[in-house]
Formats: sequence, C-alpha cells, structure tokens
Amino acid sequence: MASKGIKDKVAIISIGCTPFREHWDKSKDDLVIDATTQTLASANLTTEDIDAYWLGTAQSGMSGLTLSMPMRLEGKPVTRVENYCATGSEAIRQACYAVASGAYDVAMAVGVEKVKDSGYQGLNAFPMPTAGTNRTLTAAAMYSLILPAYAEKYGVDEEKLRMVVAKIAEKNHYNGAKNPLAQFRREISAEQICNMAAVAGRLSVFDCAGVADGAAAAIVVPAEKAYDYTEKPLFVKALSFVSGNGSGLIDPEYDYTTFPECEAAAKDAYQQAGIADPKDVLAMAEVHDCFTPTELILMEDLGFSERGEAWNDVLEGNFGLEGNLPVNTDGGLKSFGHPVGASGIRMHYECWLQLRNEAPEERSIPRTERNLGLVHNLGGYPGEMVSFVSILGTEIG
Amino acid sequence: MRGILRTAAYIPYRRLERAEISEFFSSPTSEGQRSVAAHDEDTVTMAFEAARLLLIAQDNLRPSALWFSTANPPYMEKTNANVIHSALQLPEETEAFDFGGGLKSSIGALKTALTSTGQILLAQSDMRNGLPSGEDERNSGDGAAALLVGDETDGTLLARYMGGSSITKEFIDRWRTPEDKASKTWESRFVESTYSTLVSRAWDNALSNAGLKPDTIDTLVLAGQNQRVKKQVAQTLGVNRVLDDLSLSVGNTGSAESALLLVSALENAEPKEKIALCSITDGVEILIFEAGDAQKNKSPLEDQIAKGGPVTYRKFLQWKGMLQVQPPNRPSPTRISAAAAVRESEWKHGFIASRGDRTGLIHMPPSRISVNEGDQIDAMEQEPMSNKVGVVATFTVDHLVYSENPPVIFAVVDFDGGGRIPIEVTDVDPDDVTIGMQVAPTFRKFFTADGIHNYFWKVRPVR
Repeated sequence: MASKGIKDKVAIISIGCTPFREHWDKSKDDLVIDATTQTLASANLTTEDIDAYWLGTAQSGMSGLTLSMPMRLEGKPVTRVENYCATGSEAIRQACYAVASGAYDVAMAVGVEKVKDSGYQGLNAFPMPTAGTNRTLTAAAMYSLILPAYAEKYGVDEEKLRMVVAKIAEKNHYNGAKNPLAQFRREISAEQICNMAAVAGRLSVFDCAGVADGAAAAIVVPAEKAYDYTEKPLFVKALSFVSGNGSGLIDPEYDYTTFPECEAAAKDAYQQAGIADPKDVLAMAEVHDCFTPTELILMEDLGFSERGEAWNDVLEGNFGLEGNLPVNTDGGLKSFGHPVGASGIRMHYECWLQLRNEAPEERSIPRTERNLGLVHNLGGYPGEMVSFVSILGTEIG
Repeated sequence: MRGILRTAAYIPYRRLERAEISEFFSSPTSEGQRSVAAHDEDTVTMAFEAARLLLIAQDNLRPSALWFSTANPPYMEKTNANVIHSALQLPEETEAFDFGGGLKSSIGALKTALTSTGQILLAQSDMRNGLPSGEDERNSGDGAAALLVGDETDGTLLARYMGGSSITKEFIDRWRTPEDKASKTWESRFVESTYSTLVSRAWDNALSNAGLKPDTIDTLVLAGQNQRVKKQVAQTLGVNRVLDDLSLSVGNTGSAESALLLVSALENAEPKEKIALCSITDGVEILIFEAGDAQKNKSPLEDQIAKGGPVTYRKFLQWKGMLQVQPPNRPSPTRISAAAAVRESEWKHGFIASRGDRTGLIHMPPSRISVNEGDQIDAMEQEPMSNKVGVVATFTVDHLVYSENPPVIFAVVDFDGGGRIPIEVTDVDPDDVTIGMQVAPTFRKFFTADGIHNYFWKVRPVR
C-alpha cells in the first residue's frame, strides 16, 4: 500500500440523515431534498455555499442531474458515483479529496436509494446485457458460505456459531431499537432468530440487512476552516478503498473465512491514521453488517479480534454498547436498514453523533479518552468485493 | 460399406414411479418407471449429452455433419443443432441441421445418413408429454441417443448396414399441432389394422433388399407409439428374439426411441448378430444391421438406466408445465445478449477456461489477465473443463434466488487438475449434497426470456 492519505487535511462539518424506511410516500427526489436541506440547515448554509457535489446512488438515478434537478442547483458541478453497497462512502471519499486538493472549499456528498418502488423483495440489480453465464446466486447465499467454512477452520461447533451470528443480529436490533431513524426498532433474541426458517444456507431473513429507502448527506471543508462552521467538526484521519481482483472466486486457496479486500483497506487506513492497534484506540466502529456472518469476519479483518477469536469476542459482548469496542451502535444495516447509496454516509452520521456526544443517551457509548471512530463499508461478495474504510477523529493530530 | 461407428445414450437422472400417478388419481396401478428430464433440460441439452458421450476420447472420429432430430424442439425457425454443435465445439466447417418435426424424422435421418457420405453424427432426443392421468404421460420417457454413421474406412464398424425398406402411408394415427402440449390419437383398432398390412409388406421388401431369409434375423427391434401394434408385429414376424423396448425402465422416448433401442441392441449384440430395426410411425421403416465387435462405452445405457433417482409426481407436473406454481417474488431474468453470447461462446457453450502461461493457474471464466502476476498478459492457453471431474469444496442452499426449481444448490467446486468455480449443482436433492462430493459439468438450460433459451453449464454428482 502506497497511499499517502490526507490525514487532518479536511473535516466534516455537518451530516444529516433521513429515517430509513419503506417510504411509500416519498420519491427519490423527496429523500434527496430532505437529506440535503437538513444537512445544509444544520450548518446554516445554502446550496449556493457549496462549491461542488458528489451524489452516490447505486441504481436510483444516473448522472449529476439526480441531485441538481430536484435541488434546482445553479451552475454547480455534480458527479454521480457508484461503487456497489459502498456507494455512499465513495461519495464522501471523492468530496474529501476534492477539498484536500484545494480545488474547492466546500464540498457536499449526498447518498440516496429508492429501492422499494420495484415491487420485489430484496435488492435487485440493474439487468445489464450479458451472455447469460454470470452467477445468479443471491448475496445471502454467497455470505452463507462463511459459516461452515469458519466453523471448520477454527473448530467451532456449527450450531454454536449459528448462535454467535444470531447474537450479532440481536445486538444490532438492540441498538437499533434505540434509534428513531432506524427501519426496525424491535428487539429480537438470538434464540428467536435461530428458530426461524433458513432462506440461504443456515441464514434466516433476520440474518440479512433491512431493505429500506433513505438518504444522507455530509459537508466537507478544509480542516483549517472547520471551526468557522462548527465547534465540533470531525477530522478525516484516513480514507482507503480496495477494489478486489476477483481471485477469491477462482483461487482454491481462498477459504471464505476472510475478506482480503477489507483487511487490505483496514491496513491502509491504519497506516494513514498512524494507528498501531485499532482496538486500543477506537471509540466505536460502524461496519458493513449486510449479513450477520459478515460482521463476524469483519471483526477479524479490521483487527478488532485475533484470527479465529471473533466468535468468542462476540459471545463476550466486546462489541456491544458497553463493550470494549462498540460496533454498529445505530443498529447497523441489520436494523437501521440499507438504502445502498445512503448507507455509507449513514455510517459516518453515527460517528458524528457518537464522537460529538450527541447520540441519544440510551445508546451513547461510554465517555472515554478515545476520540476516533471507524467506518467500514463494503460492496460485492466474498471473493469479489470492494471495501472502504475511513477513520474520523474529534481533534487534529 | 457403411454403418454405425459408435453409439451413446443419455437418460436423464430422474425417474417417476408410475404407481405415483395411479395413487394420485386413484386409478389401477401401473408398473414401472418413466425417465424424466429435469427442469433445466430440453431436447437440445440431452442430445448434446449423448453426442458428447459418443465423442469423448475419440480423437480419430471427425464428424462432417451433425443432424439433430426431435419432435419437441426448443426453437422453431432457429436451428437447434447449432447449439449442440457449439457445445461440442465442432469446427465451423462441420454442418449442422435439424431433421425434426414428425416422429418419423429421426429414423429418416438415420436412413439418409446410411446412404450418404462422410461421418454423420446423429443426435436424437425427445421430451414426451401428455395430459395428467393419460397414457402418453405414463408410458412415455425422456432421453436421447447419438449414432455416428460412417464408412468402414473411418474405423471399425459397430454395425454394418445391410439394407432396408420404406413404406409411406398417409393416415391419421397420432397428431399434435405446434401449440398443443399433448398429442391425440385415433381409435387403436383402426391404427392396428392399418399398420399390420404395411408391416408385412415392408418386412418382405427389407429382407429381399438385404438379401436375407426371414430366419436369419436374430433380433427384432420395434419402435413406434402404439404398444398393441408392436405386440402384434412381434408375434407375426416370427423373429425369435424381440429386444426389450425399455418400457418399464425408461418409457417410450418418441423420436429418440429407434436410436435408443438400437444403442441398447448394439451394447448387447454378439458379433455377426443380425438386427432388424422396425419403426412403425406414419408408415414403416425397416433397417437391417449386422453387428461388429462391441465397443467400450464410458457410460453404457444399462448403467444410466440403473442409476436413476426419484422425482415426485408433483414436481414432474411442474417440470412438464402441467402445474403452474407461484414463482418467487423476484424479477424474472432478462434475455441474454446475442453479441455477448457469441463473444463468450467458447466459455458459454464449450466450458473452455484459460490457464496462465507460467503459473498454470486456471481461470473460470477465462481471463485475459491472470490474477497471478507471474503470468503474461494475453498469453493464456485454452483449458477445456467440460469433461473434467471436481469436488465440492463448500456449498449452500439458496431459497431466495429466482429459479424454476427452487431451492438452488450452489457449490464451490475444485476441479481435478486445477480450476475453481462457484456453480449450481443439479440432479441432486439438497440433503444429498456433501463437502467432498464428486461432480462433473453438465450442459443445461438456465432460463428462457423473450423466447431465447439461455444455455450454460452446471455440475451434477458423479454417479
């Protein structure tokens, strides 16, 4: 990895997020307008104050017009970005680099997804013309391959491991229940989840992320100007991204117990931020829990657990609200819901609330000296994945 | 001298116990089983499997033409033989034609091949349908056979063609319009009486054409849709041995029947045995062969018949389009791109992967650039995978994905000699899949969208 990073060069000075819901009464434009105006208002800015925009959506619109038309922007550059489920984070990443380059003083990232208008369950990709030879497996089934592989590699009983990942869903629902913006606000026990019918491998519907409509937005400025806008900016310590080469699909050595793209992105981010051991310094983390086994594997790929130990750390509650390293304190994709283009920005929104001590009391993390938060956002499947990691902090240095 | 150089058969894995139909309809019990093409098979994929078995490890055989016959073609207008041609990766100079439509076209193709020139690969296949509770549903079977016809200069003849006869008679016996799912038949008495006079004339003509006396025929192979006619003919022609027509194990395979029975006869024939193939379909066709030395087959018909697995009557009705069930609430697939399919034809139809020029790492699908930087760009070599065997490294069962036969079983397969692919497993029940299970590629129809069939590869257990 040879990224130099832009540590402490830019800061986030405002973030907003709509509720993630089945928004039958809101269009994609409504969601874009809600997230954008809310984010501008809390920084006392107008669209005129923003120099450039990045709009992330996986498949709810094409081109910058997706943002500039509903917002009626006058003469502003808008770039539409897409990077699978890491689309929202990609929009933030591009906005940060634009400001760091000096090209713009104020940049805005907006992420949106309107998925519930399709009339079908789940997420459905755009059909691109193909030869008909592409794999047709669902994401749930691809991620379900993790459980038997992990159980075998680390000698964990499969029934026990099934309960471990259900505990991850239980935790995320527990957190989400305390989040007024979350899609699912009902607590559910690991036992209940284990008793549900399997839809893919051992996974039940409650091992999968919620499917919701929603939007979120963030404003980025140069670090030295951050305090002009807010008393509590979040400084960007690291931004990393790895787009995999697909070797996991063809390499017989790949064993479905790790996501090399995530491990590499984390390593790059820690190097940019100058972090030796993340579990000693991070106050919290928002990670991509698209399916419960994904969060299990990420605990190891992100260095929060030793290899083969994440299942034990989950059982010990290390990643709960009161744990050593709270993970997905807003409920995660599991409970908050997953409007693809918005999720990455939503993860940053939770860091914003927690690190600034603005999260609702019932789900706020313990107040400690730690002032760094991590966001991990991925797209794709085991073996063919894109992965994003950012690290945010409340102080320069 | 011309004859048959090689044969192979393909019987789909699934079997329906006829007693299941009787039970469902509370009708008198019927004996035996019928073979059933899976939801992802059609006459093209089955014909391909038979033709592939025939050509495996036969580098000396070079068909100059592929003739496909069926009464149940996946396409009208578009030539079905082209799909088989492409899946077999035959050279573009090799001809491919459909001899299809009527049930008689398959024996017609055989006869024409025997009086033609060059090596002609006949692929004959049928999927037989009938209305629930009817005789056709019960007595039919699905399957395919491949025959390679050529000259004795092309190789040792498995069967020498001695001569035959043909009688054409227009009358209404059995019929089906292109729109109909099931055939209809005229009253059997009329049909029996019409055929009986035709058969004796054809028999005399065939013997005289082959220069043989009646008592020199060792084995009579009878093909045709009307069981009572076959029974009568077997009694009247006076041949000692009438070949088992597979009615209890496979069922009547329609336009594949004559070729399939010929495969069966030749697999068990003694050298010099004289075999008369008599097809009683819209007239009478008789072909007389003298068997040569038996051949070794990778997967003999008898083995395939023995290695079937059950399918429930419910699933059978679904697969045959007689029972429409609620599909999953997912978007149905969109049609494939013709241009992309041509570009990827070697992979899509031939299952040809690529191998890194230095590391030997196999890439499925083929790739211009290796994931291993030791290999050079655009220097990969072709690596055919279709006849290899692999093992299941891990697998999952997907209840959510769109499928005509949920749930979908998906496995990560490691091939012997290298190559890994996540791929669908077919011809298997979810509870029977295990890590380490041996599987082999099979050519299947994935879905049909806008009338275009999407053919590609899955794996199935090695049995």
